[in-house]
Amino acid sequence: MTLSPAPIAPAPAPLLIRGARPYGEDVQDVLVEDGLISAVGTDLPNPGDVEEIEGDGCILLPGLVDLHTHLREPGGEEAETVETGTRAAARGGFTAVHAMANTNPVADTAGVVEQVLRRGEDAAWCAVHPIGAVTVGLAGERLAELESMASSKARVRVFSDDGKCVHDPVLMRRALEYVKTFDGVIAQHAQDPRLTEGAQMHEGRVSAELGLTGWPSVAEESIIARDVLLAEHVGSRLHVCHLSTAGSVEIVRWAKLRGVDVTAEVTPHHLLLTDEEARGYDALYKVNPPLRTQADVEAVRAGLADGTIDIVATDHAPHPQDAKDREWDTAAFGMTGLETALSIVQSTMVDTGAMSWRDVARVLSEKPSLIARDDSQGRPIREGEVANLLLWDPRPRRRVDTAEHASRSHNSPFAGTELPGANRLTLLAARPTVREGRIVERESAAGAAGEC
Amino acid sequence: MKHLITIADLDRAAAIELLDTSERMAATQERQMRKLPALLGSTIVNLFMEDSTRTKLSFEAAAKRLSADVIGFAAKGSSISKGESLKDTALTLRAMGADAVVVRAPSSGAAHKLAHAGWIDVPIINAGDGTHQHPTQALLDAFTLRRHLGARSASGSLDGAGLDGLHVVIVGDILHSRVARSNVQLMTMLGARVTVVAPPSLVPVGADVWPCEVSYDFDDAIAQGPDAVMMLRVQRERMLGGGYFPSAAEYTRLLQLTDARAARLPEHAIIMHPGPMNRGFEIAGGAADGPRSVIIEQVAAGVVVRMAVLFHLLASNEREGS
Amino acid sequence: MPASEKTVLHEEDIHRSLVRIAHEILETGHGADDLVLLGIPHRGTPLAQRLGRIILEADGAGRSLEDLVGSLDITMHRDDLRRRPARVPYETVIPGGGVDGRIVVLVDDVLYSGRTIRAALDAIGAIGRPAAVRLAVLVDRGHRELPIRADHVGKNLPTSRSERVSVHLRETDGEDAVRIVGGADAEQGESR
Repeated sequence: MTLSPAPIAPAPAPLLIRGARPYGEDVQDVLVEDGLISAVGTDLPNPGDVEEIEGDGCILLPGLVDLHTHLREPGGEEAETVETGTRAAARGGFTAVHAMANTNPVADTAGVVEQVLRRGEDAAWCAVHPIGAVTVGLAGERLAELESMASSKARVRVFSDDGKCVHDPVLMRRALEYVKTFDGVIAQHAQDPRLTEGAQMHEGRVSAELGLTGWPSVAEESIIARDVLLAEHVGSRLHVCHLSTAGSVEIVRWAKLRGVDVTAEVTPHHLLLTDEEARGYDALYKVNPPLRTQADVEAVRAGLADGTIDIVATDHAPHPQDAKDREWDTAAFGMTGLETALSIVQSTMVDTGAMSWRDVARVLSEKPSLIARDDSQGRPIREGEVANLLLWDPRPRRRVDTAEHASRSHNSPFAGTELPGANRLTLLAARPTVREGRIVERESAAGAAGEC
Repeated sequence: MKHLITIADLDRAAAIELLDTSERMAATQERQMRKLPALLGSTIVNLFMEDSTRTKLSFEAAAKRLSADVIGFAAKGSSISKGESLKDTALTLRAMGADAVVVRAPSSGAAHKLAHAGWIDVPIINAGDGTHQHPTQALLDAFTLRRHLGARSASGSLDGAGLDGLHVVIVGDILHSRVARSNVQLMTMLGARVTVVAPPSLVPVGADVWPCEVSYDFDDAIAQGPDAVMMLRVQRERMLGGGYFPSAAEYTRLLQLTDARAARLPEHAIIMHPGPMNRGFEIAGGAADGPRSVIIEQVAAGVVVRMAVLFHLLASNEREGS
Repeated sequence: MPASEKTVLHEEDIHRSLVRIAHEILETGHGADDLVLLGIPHRGTPLAQRLGRIILEADGAGRSLEDLVGSLDITMHRDDLRRRPARVPYETVIPGGGVDGRIVVLVDDVLYSGRTIRAALDAIGAIGRPAAVRLAVLVDRGHRELPIRADHVGKNLPTSRSERVSVHLRETDGEDAVRIVGGADAEQGESR
């Protein structure tokens, strides 16, 4: 049940983290040996010559898991590659990402998902779990070969046409039914296509003034309402991607009360930003679903705090500068998020007192893994577990500088914003991928071994 | 004021200053020698990424009467139609030494982007961006309305006058109209009361906070005795194809300024239209050509108002921050 | 250092100067028949009005003030337009008879670089073709930058470039006075 480290790679050097606070709670020492957490306790003896890392009261979390990442490879390498995207993930404190299927070619066959899996293993900055497309070519017309992807080496459990909505109700029903075979889940991008033709931003007072075509809340809510009823009817698992409106929170809350097997995610940017950001026509703020109103921001925060919303996922959507540095209506949707996600969650949820660090571990690590049925990540911090860990210092505050980002793209709406927190150490199966915010480049020997 | 992108770039004093300057410009246009040397040596680029004959000609005439050189940069047959980005176009214009850019674009916010993206550092004048704003159209409408119904001083001067106390009714496709957005802002800033009339499917969601009344009933608005009625152009394809309205006949019945409706307007009321008109659709021929119609005056006003805007934006060094 | 200030013309000095200029104008123009006085805003306009009244008292010739006096805005013709913040141009009022074939007397408060007068000559050219153009100023402070001189001068006032000549008129400023504001830090330029 534990992940075995890549067989050829030599075991990482042991580490002793002194005086960190697992889940932000009592101060503990954590000893990492042979890829595993070998001891957790106070005043642990150094077994001899083991490097000690001064935890200094920093928060120790299980490595973060992103259920919604666009790595863009294959086909979009100008924006991101598996290599650069997973480096960005590591800098953000992630030890696993789930890569969305809207690549070119689309990840709608066992061949493509296995290719993405292999590229992730080669890059090795974090685990990469391919998400499979629900429909062939994301066209929303017929189901992709879901079972083949599920039984491939990639062991796909999450299926999504993200970027597009599976809007045909019959097709959605069939998909929900079909993935029951292997306990899969359909992750729906809830957007009624007819209600959002040409849509540019949240439909409301700001769109009315700016003359940008509106993306009404109801276009999201109507699909979520339909889907939870479908999931209830066929007894399947539904995951709602990047929920963004107060109404959506209400619908999911209602569905959960009815016992519908539904989970929901919110992005960091929907926890912080509103449609007011569009006033400068800076397409960095153009995202799908769009930034909503302050009332929506408050509703999704409350929903995340009370568990209606299960997880935070980044929807990390890198784009080359040309796709953003242009007129709003011709610019691409999406923002990068991996390298700012935990800072945003800290500032919006933890620093405001709405959530504890244990809650953060739940929404950014444990629950995403559970939804994806991946038992190798999101594990407890205890003896015998694989050492996927993040040592996070919540105290420093600094301005976001995208020039420091590992992502190939720089379309972060938080550039220049002062945010809290710093990634002091990220361990991927005990191997440091990040120290003091910087990627730990591998020794050439290890790199060569990885290529064997 | 460095740029004119939206009416929000103006306050009441600045708007009135532009209208007063427009009056001075109009006075010069009655002389035998109409050309003024104010912008001699300046190069103004007309960047038109969307078809517009009259706005383009109006800006061109305004610039030339102030002795500026005008370079036309139209979408058709230009590099823009070959996929050149707005950014590359801006960098090209900068390299050419443009002193100001007048921009018409199909994208809402294009003028704002040009002004603030850091590509080019000259005054940008919005000649209509998507469904956002068309500030010089609103200024020429206000100018025309003020000339007819503004409060004059004892000596007959309009200097310093706003549109206080006037009631303006704007009729048509508010949802897609940059003219309506600019006019609602400007006319109310100048003290007028504005009623927009449209079927609910053509009123934007979120317009509830606009500083105007929204009515679905044209006849009711006319019964209130407005001082001016402004008919917006109907884009047939959008209206019928887009499903915003069932049929031309129904639109005409509910929202056309018919001769009968025009006859019910108060004696002093004027009829406006930004042009080009669809005669027989949003406006009947009789109403368009009748004595209340000021539609041709609006065209003439366009030139002097744009002269005033160019004069205020270019004939000063405020943009260097002094 | 606070700028020093010295009054060089008082109300009665200004009036005496204008009376003298009015009579000079009548003498050189052989009466008021073909005269048109065009004041250059802002302070040239009331000065032209005052001159006009004095002329009409001396030689009515059946003309009205409106027929004799106008104002000429030169904003659009300035060569230093781009060095100043743009403002609403002043009104240009041309008397009913126009300027063609008549003797136009430009009236301004201070003659300094001569650039204002150059602009005024251009502005007249856009309106018509006078038989002759003359220039009357209340103060000539020297420092010409163009080959322009005044035909009628109220007072020649030698100044340094660092000084500023400040003209106050009842109509625009509530009092009649001409002052020199001194000091190296005083701004240059004609008062307007």
